Amino acid sequence: MNRNARISTLLRKHGVLIALIMLIIAAGFSFPQFLTYGNLTNILRQSSMIGLISLGMTFVLLTGGIDLSVGSLAALASVIAATLSSYGNIGLMVLVPLAACGVLGLMNGIIIAKMKIAPFITTLGMMMAARGIALVMTGGISVSVDADIVNTFGTIAQSYLFKIPTPVWLFFLVLVVGLYFTNKTRAGRHVYAVGGNEEASRMMGLRPDRVKIVVYTVNGLLAGLAGIILSSRLSAGQPVSCDGWEMNAIAAAAIGGTQLSGGRGGLSGTLVGVLIISVISNMINLQGTLNSWWQSIITGLMLLLVVIMQSRMEMRPKSRRKLTTAERF
Amino acid sequence: MKDNYLLEMKQVDKRFPGVHALDHVDFRVRAGEIHGLMGENGAGKSTLMKVLTGLYRMDEGEIRLAKKAVSFDRPLDSQKAGISTIYQEINLISYLSIAENIYLGREIMNRTGIDWKAINQGASEILEEMGVKADVTQPLCTYGTAVQQMVAIARVIFAQAKLVVMDEPTSSLDEKEVAILFRQMHKLKEKGISIIFISHRLDEVFEICDTVTVLKDGKLVSEDAIKNLTKLELVSRMIGRDATDVLKRKKGQFEGEQTEILFEVQQIDDGSKLHGVSLGIRRGEILGLAGLLGSGRTELAKVIFGDNPSYTGKLMIDGKAVHWKAPRDAITHKLAYCSEDRKAEGVFPHMSIRENLTMAILPGIARGGVVDSKQQKKIVNEYINRLSIKTSDPEQLIRNLSGGNQQKVLLSRWLCMEPGFIILDEPTRGIDIGAKSEIEMLIQDISQRGISVLLISSELEELVRNCHRVVVIRDGLNIGELEGDALSEKGIMQTIAQAVTQAEEDVG
Amino acid sequence: MKGITAKKQQRQSFELQLHLQKYGTIYAFAALIIINMLLNHNFASLGTLWNLTIQVLPTMLTSLGMVLVISSGGIDISVGSVMAISAVISGMVLTGKVPVVGSGVGIAVAFALLCAMLLGLFNGILISYFKIQPIIVTLILFIAGRGIAQLLNAGGTIVFYNNKFTEIALYRIGGVVPIQLFISLFFVLVIIFLLKKTTFGYYIQAIGENPRASRLSGIRTTGVLLSIYVISALFAGLAGLFESSRASCADPNSIGVLAELDAIAAVAIGGTSMSGGKAHIMGTVFGALIIQLVSIMVNMNNIPFAYSRIFKAVIIIVAVYLQREKRS
Repeated sequence: MNRNARISTLLRKHGVLIALIMLIIAAGFSFPQFLTYGNLTNILRQSSMIGLISLGMTFVLLTGGIDLSVGSLAALASVIAATLSSYGNIGLMVLVPLAACGVLGLMNGIIIAKMKIAPFITTLGMMMAARGIALVMTGGISVSVDADIVNTFGTIAQSYLFKIPTPVWLFFLVLVVGLYFTNKTRAGRHVYAVGGNEEASRMMGLRPDRVKIVVYTVNGLLAGLAGIILSSRLSAGQPVSCDGWEMNAIAAAAIGGTQLSGGRGGLSGTLVGVLIISVISNMINLQGTLNSWWQSIITGLMLLLVVIMQSRMEMRPKSRRKLTTAERF
Repeated sequence: MKDNYLLEMKQVDKRFPGVHALDHVDFRVRAGEIHGLMGENGAGKSTLMKVLTGLYRMDEGEIRLAKKAVSFDRPLDSQKAGISTIYQEINLISYLSIAENIYLGREIMNRTGIDWKAINQGASEILEEMGVKADVTQPLCTYGTAVQQMVAIARVIFAQAKLVVMDEPTSSLDEKEVAILFRQMHKLKEKGISIIFISHRLDEVFEICDTVTVLKDGKLVSEDAIKNLTKLELVSRMIGRDATDVLKRKKGQFEGEQTEILFEVQQIDDGSKLHGVSLGIRRGEILGLAGLLGSGRTELAKVIFGDNPSYTGKLMIDGKAVHWKAPRDAITHKLAYCSEDRKAEGVFPHMSIRENLTMAILPGIARGGVVDSKQQKKIVNEYINRLSIKTSDPEQLIRNLSGGNQQKVLLSRWLCMEPGFIILDEPTRGIDIGAKSEIEMLIQDISQRGISVLLISSELEELVRNCHRVVVIRDGLNIGELEGDALSEKGIMQTIAQAVTQAEEDVG
Repeated sequence: MKGITAKKQQRQSFELQLHLQKYGTIYAFAALIIINMLLNHNFASLGTLWNLTIQVLPTMLTSLGMVLVISSGGIDISVGSVMAISAVISGMVLTGKVPVVGSGVGIAVAFALLCAMLLGLFNGILISYFKIQPIIVTLILFIAGRGIAQLLNAGGTIVFYNNKFTEIALYRIGGVVPIQLFISLFFVLVIIFLLKKTTFGYYIQAIGENPRASRLSGIRTTGVLLSIYVISALFAGLAGLFESSRASCADPNSIGVLAELDAIAAVAIGGTSMSGGKAHIMGTVFGALIIQLVSIMVNMNNIPFAYSRIFKAVIIIVAVYLQREKRS
């Protein structure tokens, strides 16, 4: 490949990572408190919940689908956890919300794969339904975690392990498992195959339906986990929380290089995307004078930039290699 | 080669609503032979292969693989039985690496999960043995179609297939790449693997195949050893006249020499199927384009109509060079194109007959963007009558019409434009005899009124019957023109069957 | 013999499905009305009817814009943000915060709509020239648009003291019939006219039905797609104006929230395919009415508002499932 092609491939592959590094350097110079332990752990902790949802969303996007219900599922999970706190059983508070979200995710998967209703509409409906259930369960108000168990439950989100917040460990755990899944397991590779070319993958003997069902179920579980962490952090379940999380997740995945058409991208890219959004949010906070709405404007701008860059790279005709003379014996 | 049959398909019969796709077809392939399967559109080749691979269920008949009776419910079953297919359109996952494509579904595992080292190693070895040099860790899409074909073959080798079906594998390959493909096929043959080679390229079939089976209209026409066949015989088996088909139509008079040339095409090369084709058509002339499937006729039509703006060569109207950026430009210059694939390129399924019929002429019957419904209704009714389109109501959705009637609506779309030059690509495909003759009368009629018609058809008798002149296209080149007394089915077939060396010499 | 009756049954059920596809939404609407009348005597009153027409207007507008977009095979999730931005801009003009243009009602409306159309142009160019997927393009404004709306007035709500503007929303013809009814009717008729009688309308649906055939029929797809997104944003802008006029304030944090989802829901319920193609306007109209009716129903019967979401979700899924095409 000639030099120009090399540079553009490099950019394409690592452009976002480079952007993140430059952002961090810029932040480090502009704000002395940026590179402090307290601030960095703050960033990581903020990222962990959105991060979990973004990781799940990445799987869904890789199959060429979309899941609008994750925010509502997370809120539902947080509400269920808080509501069950009166039983004083932490296991219940964790397992039931997870199970509920898993089942709802499974329903998404089945409706999409078997009933063949478009993912957009299916998850739109689920989004409304889950939010509705959360509101009904709580009568629209916040539910506090029962005083008896609030401290134990609170350790999930508020404790530290080797000086790093537990939610961050959870996020990284899921990330590592996810990376293993996408790189070292058959099921993970089949996700890429189905997203890349569903028909071809079927003809190659794979089962797209199963892959999709698994992916949406896992996404539901991860949303549930995020919701549990949230309620642990707030010591309450708020039915109106997690609003717009799905869109941020999509943005993070897109910025990280996962194409909405499916088959391309990955978790490591999403990690970078999540970090970029969090760092920017942090920078805005540290700046002090900029208000919160700049967060959304800048995220939108980033998305715009990434999307335009990706489209330009698509438009350039791919250099198709013909067999060279050496290859033709 | 002894009569050791790996595959025997006996009396396979398959019907679809309105179509008898396979009519008690017998098809057999010996072990370790390369068996060509030929036939024009609608002959039944792809249906036969879909039955073989389990995509379709046959209504009658039996299939035997290595003497054992088999029945496949889905593609996976036939793959497990050792049948693999390589399609014209690469059915692999472009974004995944070469190695992964080869091993997808059969990944090598070790204690920690997928063993990429072993997979990459194995893939490299397979490619090396095939004599293909490529980096197996790179995404498939970074390589051209030739390499992608090789990867498809590699997958097949790895899957230890016993029978490989190759569906038009050479359509996007150049000569050198075809040679490489053939090398691989010989290697497969050495291993005792049988290959079913579906192709329209006569020369290739003669070069690589041991035996060739011809299908026509769902029936078995012949099975011969290649060495016992001439090219002319093969061509006539494929497109020769069906004795029962008799349609006598009188051609309109055409004073060829006096009329000026309306449209000219010079040295058109589109980088894939067309290799420098030239022709000209006069005002009011009915020019036929003959050739086997895959010769480039439709591709030429697309260049003429502006659907493919990337080509080298010249297009000229009345002697002036023109270049279209989109079909819209051609339409403004009174060109029309009735596509051969009405489903993908013609029909707006949930829109009414009226809407479908007038879609191309809307700017002409609208004032200030608003459609003149009286004028529209008039045109719609006029053409419903003219072409005897069977419908109770022009508001009916076009998808509810029969295929033949849909075709008539699409034809009307272009005819009502009153074009100066219309390209008809297989206009009578899927239409019953009565309607066929109506359409042919229509073609004569519009030619009389000074409209030039470029008629692309796979039915020789149709071309002979209707055209003033016929140009024969083969492999993207104009290899001959016939008119007057020389214009006959035999003449066309002979032209098509000409030896490659002869054609190369002529064209230079 | 058996074959004939079986075929007849098949045809009958096929015809039933066709009938449902055409009129299903109306039946659903009628059913909802009946349920409401049974649940609550106060329902069957003129007051409720006027209430419905007043409240449904913003959703009606955004749904009409949305059906054009979806019909062409795209989607527009930015409409909520566009509503917010146009509401805030009009508010700012009215309260004199925009120096050059003055503070008249006409100027406020014109300026706000102009800005909305520019946003639509932004979407349209990215989609038609850069050929980026509509969901991702409109996602940009979905995320950033609300931020922009908040930025414009530093996050604060703008309250109008200008009576002329708020009067618009309160105006009743003959003192009885809310003007919103006529506005809705007007735009519904405009869209019906557009889709049935203009070349533009034909082209929108043709592109959604079969993009290849559209190109071969000489349709300038780029221009058509661009215009659709401008129109969608324009309608969203109008919706934002009416919403803020009715509320006598423009709150960038709450106006238009979830509006895109309601609009998409209305279109889906109305029978237009999510993948594009023939547009069902009357279905969309009734879809919007149904969506609004669910909210009213929940209100009137003291059902917690949260249930409305669940009802809406079920209706959407059922509607889409019933109206999906059976492959022959």
